[in-house]
Amino acid sequence: MTQVSMTVNGKAVSGDVEGRTLLSSFLRDKLGMTGTHVGCDTSQCGACVVHVDGAAVKSCTMLALEAEGASVDTIEGQAAADGSLNAIQQAFQDHHGLQCGFCTPGMVMSAAALLKENPKPSESDVREYLEGNICRCTGYHNIVKAIMAASGQDVSAIAAE
Amino acid sequence: MPKDSGIGASPKRREDVRFLTGAGNYTDDINVNGQAYVHFLRSDVAHAKINGLDTSAAEAMPGVVRIFTGADFEGVGGMPCGWQVTDRHGDPMQEPPHPILAQGKVRHVGDPIAAVVADSAEQARDAAEAIVLDLEELPAVVNMKAALEDGATKVHDDLTSNLCYDWVLGETDDAAVQKAFDDAAHVTTLELTNQRLVANPMEPRVAVGDYNRGTDEHTLYTTSQNPHVIRLLMCAFVLGLPEHKVRVIAPDVGGGFGTKIFHYAEEAFCTFAAKACNRPVKWTASRSEAFLSDAQGRDHVTKIELALDKDNNFTALRTNTLANMGAYLSTFSSSVPTWLHGTLMAGNYKTPVIQVNVKAVFTTTVPVDAYRGAGRPEATFQLERVIDKAAREVGVDPVALRRQNFVTEFPYDTPVALTYDTGDYNGTMDKLEVAADFAGFAARRAESEKNGKLRGLGVNCYIEACGIAPSNVVGMLGARAGLYDAATVRVNATGSISVMVGAHSHGQGHETAFPQVVAEMIGIDESQVEIVHGDTSKIPFGMGTYGSRSLAVCGSAMVRATEKIINKAKKIAAHLMEASDADIELKDGVFSVAGTDKSVAWGDVTLTAYVPHNFPLEDIEPGLEETAFYDPANFTYPAGAYACEVEVDPETGKVTIERFAAADDFGNIVNPMIVDGQVHGGIGQGIGQALLENCVYDDSGQLLSASYMDYAMPRADDVPFYTVDHSSQTPCTHNPLGVKGCGEAGAIGSPPAVVNAVIDALQSGGKDVGHIDMPVSPARVWAAMNG
Repeated sequence: MTQVSMTVNGKAVSGDVEGRTLLSSFLRDKLGMTGTHVGCDTSQCGACVVHVDGAAVKSCTMLALEAEGASVDTIEGQAAADGSLNAIQQAFQDHHGLQCGFCTPGMVMSAAALLKENPKPSESDVREYLEGNICRCTGYHNIVKAIMAASGQDVSAIAAE
Repeated sequence: MPKDSGIGASPKRREDVRFLTGAGNYTDDINVNGQAYVHFLRSDVAHAKINGLDTSAAEAMPGVVRIFTGADFEGVGGMPCGWQVTDRHGDPMQEPPHPILAQGKVRHVGDPIAAVVADSAEQARDAAEAIVLDLEELPAVVNMKAALEDGATKVHDDLTSNLCYDWVLGETDDAAVQKAFDDAAHVTTLELTNQRLVANPMEPRVAVGDYNRGTDEHTLYTTSQNPHVIRLLMCAFVLGLPEHKVRVIAPDVGGGFGTKIFHYAEEAFCTFAAKACNRPVKWTASRSEAFLSDAQGRDHVTKIELALDKDNNFTALRTNTLANMGAYLSTFSSSVPTWLHGTLMAGNYKTPVIQVNVKAVFTTTVPVDAYRGAGRPEATFQLERVIDKAAREVGVDPVALRRQNFVTEFPYDTPVALTYDTGDYNGTMDKLEVAADFAGFAARRAESEKNGKLRGLGVNCYIEACGIAPSNVVGMLGARAGLYDAATVRVNATGSISVMVGAHSHGQGHETAFPQVVAEMIGIDESQVEIVHGDTSKIPFGMGTYGSRSLAVCGSAMVRATEKIINKAKKIAAHLMEASDADIELKDGVFSVAGTDKSVAWGDVTLTAYVPHNFPLEDIEPGLEETAFYDPANFTYPAGAYACEVEVDPETGKVTIERFAAADDFGNIVNPMIVDGQVHGGIGQGIGQALLENCVYDDSGQLLSASYMDYAMPRADDVPFYTVDHSSQTPCTHNPLGVKGCGEAGAIGSPPAVVNAVIDALQSGGKDVGHIDMPVSPARVWAAMNG
């Protein structure tokens, strides 16, 4: 066991991990931050996306020890201190961009990374950026719509029904 | 104007806040103090005799609590099948045993052989590698036709063959069917495969067993769509436990799509092991393990023949299907190719003679069971593909051919055992023509052709039997369960309401939609109504969520229970106002006496029910809580028409979905936003089946597509925005809300639209291609174009 220390959602944390412990497992099992989900074991599904030093990372693809000293942001840190949702979270709720909720943390974290790079993405920009995130419930329609809405674009013309 | 509350409104989903903030409570998020972890050693070959199994070295590994093998489960029941199909001769299906851990033989890659319980998941996994296994490989049985040949290797030595059943529905007189074909002006024949799929809900399955020696009570946390079904099956058929000592909790569940209906060996194992080890035992499937242990879907091979008279009226339909059961009978596996498939072969059409033949086959593959649509997508795909082919062969417009043969009068008794209560298939087709902009297709095709692409328009209809199901009917057909559902409406003293429901929400938004109904019935704010689900200790005995049944069946129970509440509340109100029960009206949460200005508020009545100082105790009991069980009188019949437009790149065979439109008739709709979302998701999965997904075994029974790297599912850039119209509404005639169900429609209706569109595109390019099996991959399209 080796001790690892990092900042998670602005708070200093540390814990003992094995060399093989993944960042996703450190967050879930050691810190009890179960908002980050694990949906596959081949880094395909993106349910585990977090930000490490500002960059979107699949936390199942990174060893906890690799995050030594890093600043990690997870889904638990996205809402304001009073619980109010951030713009992306709110757009997902407003546009029914989630159903079972399992892929949602990764979707929200990926969307946040996208909008940081590309504040007004087109539909195809969003669809291409999300190639590392699988959702099995929504057929992506309302996820794409929500992310475009979160970027301040008018999505009222996109077919709803 | 759209409503802003109640039935027909689209309030934001209340469950979203916890899911969007990482505060969901999924089964893998649950850790019980002192828990151990189990790792299953699974077969890496498809078929073998277990000649030796030595766990001694593994038992000495660090952290190992105990290692279980099949020997530990001798005398314990096996995994049951919930539906006994009777074959064409009146005999019961062949039903092999399905032990929790393999006994003597393994029958598919992934069949669990041993279970290591250890202090940590890593220690359990490490120790499993130290188990010494001596397997004597036997020939794999993969191909269904070969499996049925004389002398084929048997998957189960104690059965007479690999045939589970040979079943027929509809016209059983072969000569009568043949005569209809002999008399036909035209016969269209199609041989096709409905490929095996993997449901792949994003949350892998998890089970946590807990046992309390002090109270002799078991708790199982599990990723299930139906906790009471799991409790019943596990207690009554597998472990022999008293139900009142077993609590099954299915908390937030990350998608189901059918594959979380079934009772799985891992659930029974964790329950058993928690007592045997006197420690909580947790199992979390890896995705690779999910591919080897979640029941898979579809896997039919079919020959379908459609007879038409000289005026292009459908006169007869005959199908012959081989349906893969896999190595064991999963919980509802046997019902899928039979009662959930054969009964839908009439589709939306008035074909007078129908014969459906199904042979179900055991193979050394992962068991197959219901996956979103379950039998109905298989029926729809065959029928809508053969109709499209027939239209081309006889030279008529495929939409006109469908319209000509639509059932238009209701109720309609099909030749395959169903009675459609209501519908308007021309109505949904009319809506589709607008939603899909048929009129603009020619211009879009011309534009594509200018760019060197072929463009096709594919249209099809679908009908499904949902709201599963009338218990007396399914009982006659072999179901070993009732298929009612239940709801308890508990009104609190201050007027808020908890509704405990048997349905389970794992993405469907029950927590938002169900309160819309109760709140509207009483006339109070939706925020005053809370839904409780997923815990057998909190909810009445309901059968759970699948078959698009939640609102139609459990919602009906909730309506009935709420009606009982209102009736009792009126009695209390009448007493308070010294009036007759019959004169009490309830509107907007206020009880009034007709023709007077006397009124009492909802909260006054509820408080009186629990503080009965002035109460008609001689007539009614205090309190305000009612339960209703609802057993439907018939299935519901959602139906609709779908259109897909594709572009095919003739250089590469790549298919791009350019437009997709759906026109559905779901009857009355409680929450249009959620209904849209359900249809979107179904279409996404249907496009996945049509273009991408394929569960492939090689000849040795190895699963080649056992990870997300190998099993292709739609990503955001594989699909377009969808146009969904559900304004054509013929309310269900036999349930109180007039609702039909919407969860599976998208997955049922979309695959034939995609394939029809691809064929249309190729035909427009002068390629005489009659059919391409799914997934319609670039390689298959290119081969068809150039073959």
